[in-house]
This record gives sequence, C-alpha cells and structure tokens, in this order.
Amino acid sequence: MATRLSGVARAFGDRVVLDSLDLELRDGEFTALLGRSGSGKSTLLRALAGLDDEVTGTIDVTGSVAVAFQEPRLVPWKRLLANITLGLDAPAGKAKAALAEVGLAERSDAWPLTLSGGEAQRASLARALVREPELLLLDEPFSALDALTRITIHQLVLELWARHRPAVLLVTHDVDEALLLADRVLVLDEGRIAHDISITAERPRHREDPGLVTLRNTLLAALGVSPEGRS
Amino acid sequence: MSVVELARPVERPRATPKGPRRRVTAWHRWLSPLALLVIWQIASATGLLPERLLAAPATIAATAVELTQAGTLPTAIGVSLQRVLIGFLVGGAAGILLALVAGLSRAGENAVDPIMQALRALPFFGLIPLFILWFGIGEEPKILLVALAVSFPLYLNTFSGIRGVDGKLAEVATTLKLSRGQLIRHIVLPGALPQTLVGLRQALGVAWLALIVAEQVNATTGLGYMINDAREFLRTDVIVVGLLVYSALGLATDAIVRLLERRALAWRRGFLA
Repeated sequence: MATRLSGVARAFGDRVVLDSLDLELRDGEFTALLGRSGSGKSTLLRALAGLDDEVTGTIDVTGSVAVAFQEPRLVPWKRLLANITLGLDAPAGKAKAALAEVGLAERSDAWPLTLSGGEAQRASLARALVREPELLLLDEPFSALDALTRITIHQLVLELWARHRPAVLLVTHDVDEALLLADRVLVLDEGRIAHDISITAERPRHREDPGLVTLRNTLLAALGVSPEGRS
Repeated sequence: MSVVELARPVERPRATPKGPRRRVTAWHRWLSPLALLVIWQIASATGLLPERLLAAPATIAATAVELTQAGTLPTAIGVSLQRVLIGFLVGGAAGILLALVAGLSRAGENAVDPIMQALRALPFFGLIPLFILWFGIGEEPKILLVALAVSFPLYLNTFSGIRGVDGKLAEVATTLKLSRGQLIRHIVLPGALPQTLVGLRQALGVAWLALIVAEQVNATTGLGYMINDAREFLRTDVIVVGLLVYSALGLATDAIVRLLERRALAWRRGFLA
C-alpha cells in the first residue's frame, strides 16, 4: 500500500546524487524532504514521478501519482478548466469542483498567462488533485511565491491534504515550511536519508512553539547551518 | 519576425490624453506621400517626366478603371490568384507535412532534414529553366515554383517550432499520463503554432514574389502577362496598375494571416495586453 524505494541510485557523470537510497512513504502521511542545494531532493522527486529514465533500483509506487512543480507549468494555450481536465476523462463538473476548492471557480475561462503567481500555483494544485492521487509530489511549489501568498497557500495545502488524504512528499529548502506542514521530515545528505524525524505537534502550528524551535535547530545543524540566536 | 509580433500591442494607441495628438500625427503622415503624388502629376503634365518612362498618376487611375471595366484586370487577377492559391496550398501542405515528419521523430529528422537543408541552399529562381524543360510553359511550372518557394519557410519554421516546444510542458504531459497522440495534439502542435504562423507570413511573401518572377518569364495570361504585354507597347500606366495590384494582393493576404494570428494566439494576447 505504501510507496517503497530500495537501493535507488542515480549519478550524473561522476557525481553520485542518490546512493543506494531506501525509503518508505506511508499512506496519507505528509512528508517533507529537506536537503542542501544539489543534495538530490529534486532528483528523488523526479524519480518518483517517473521523469527519470536513468535511475536504478526499485521504486514501488502503488496507485496514482500527481506532481505540482516549482513553476506551475500550466499549458498556456489552454484555458484554466481545460488545463485541469487535460488527459482526464472526468466530467467538467469534477474539474470545476477542483477549481472551486482552490478558490478559482470564477477563473475557469481565464488564460493561464493572465493569472497571478499564487493563482497559477493554486491551479497547478487543482490539476494534481483532480486526479485523486495516492501520492502527491510537491517540488518546491511555494518557493517562488511572495511571503503573504505563501502563508495562504500553506493553509490551502493542509486543508486539501486533510480532505483528500494523499501521501505527500514536499521537497523544500525551507526548514520552517517543513516544520509547519509535515508529519515527518527527512534530510537528504550524501545520497541517502540522513535524518528521519517525526513531528507530532498539533496543527495549526506556530513558529514560536518551543518544540518546533528545538527541532528547527536540530534540522539546521543537520543541514550544516549553525542556528542563529544561540550564544 | 516574432520580435515584431511582440512589439505590436505596444504600438496600439491607448485611450490616453495623448490620443487626439496622435491622430493629428497620423494625419500628418499622409502629407508627404500626397505631396509626392502632386509633384509626380505636375512633372508628368509639364513633360518633365515622359510617359514612356512613367505615366502620370491621373492616367494610371484612369487606366485602372478602364482595365477593370473592360474585364482585363479582373480576369488577370483571377488567373494570378488561382496560381498563388494552388501553389500555396500544395507547397504549404508539403512543407508542414515534412516538418511534422522531421519534427516528431528522430528517424524522420534524419530522413527529411538533410535533404530540405540541402534544397534550401538552391536558388529556386534558378530552377526556372529546368522547370520549363520539365513542365513546359503552362500552368504547372508557375504553380510549382510558388509551391517550392512556399514550402521552405513553412517547413523550417514549423520544424523549429516543434523542436522549440518547452520540455517542461512535455514533462507535465508525462506526469498527466498523456498518450503520445495527446502529447502531440495538446502540447506539441499548439506549441509550434506561433512559429508556424511566422512561417506562414514569410511563405505568403515569397509566394507572391515567386509568382511575379514566374509570370515574367513566360505567360499568356495573368497579371505578369498583362505587365509584360504592356511593356511591348510602352504602356507604363498598365505596368504601374499591375504592380499596384500585386502589392495590394500581398497586403491583403498578409492581413488575412494577421487576423488568423490574432484568433489563434489569443492566449498570448491576454498576456501582452
């Protein structure tokens, strides 16, 4: 039922990015994947999404997978609704409901290039969720958004996840984002999962939560950054 | 060409306080051509510009009316339009079809592209003697010359349009589980369309050029024949009428493509407006 990876490896030339990596993603669990720049976070996500032909090892994904990328990647010559239904046989009603869920019901006739960054990213989420995935892959989808929009989208993602309950793998470089959203935080280092931390704090969470502050320091140390504010 | 496309909406006058002044400026732009026309007419009337070199504007206008009423001009236009139309359709279909074959598969590219690149280097007006030997002096060589001229810009632009489609959208297609047919229909072809339309405009430009050249060499009907025939009798007025009709037809077909562009690329206009 879960997604299992074992012995997953990928090298670009001489550079080994994923080195015999083992990982299990449990159903309905919100997992955040942290790692330094170039640590292979996106490589791992692309392998799970089936976008990498050269990855080796076993990747066992049961059920459907959907992806929301860093840039929303809407098809610019299709109106919003057609973007949501692209490749689906589902009736338009379902796609409209998905757009309503992300607050874009009124924009279903809009051309993607007329959307704001936040709207486009919400549309991208709707396009992923309308496929009712069992595994939702999010590749730094909030990194290009302004701080205020990001807060709203964080809440939206949590709501959508609570309602549809897919397993989520969120690739991010933002420790706070991981702490606010995820049940489980992974740190990728040297091609393997170096840290695997569960977060049990109740949602909605606050940055100032003492438990989270401690975790933040642990994670920053794991990422090779010395936490600020400590003397 | 695409740069020109991008620039156009900026030129469109907006509803700003500058509006009325702009209109005055636009009117001013007609002054110099009108002045030139007047000088031309005076030069002709005073004999400074002999009619065997260039007829007076008034004479040309009168001749245009006369040729139209006599039916000579409409018939010639009909014949020439038909040549361009058939040649354009044949050449356009061939160019786009070959671009699809080359653009959608590596094997197709290897089969088609080297030949097209080699043929492209041929000066196609230089083929006229061969065409006359092969097809005689009837309609075929003229239509084929137009078709040949049209096929290259459409091939090159459609091919590069297909290859230029954003690879990130192809990845989206993979994650959305699109079939190869769906990928081509929803992503590749619409993605190549803007570049194909650029090719279409270039193709129409060379189509008229090819027709003019073909009709100059040997023709017993059509606008080119009318012009050539007029040369024999030193009828510069008829020659100028023929040239003006050529350019009017060229402008008209260009306007049709621009209309087509505006409809087909509405998704882009929304972004630019």
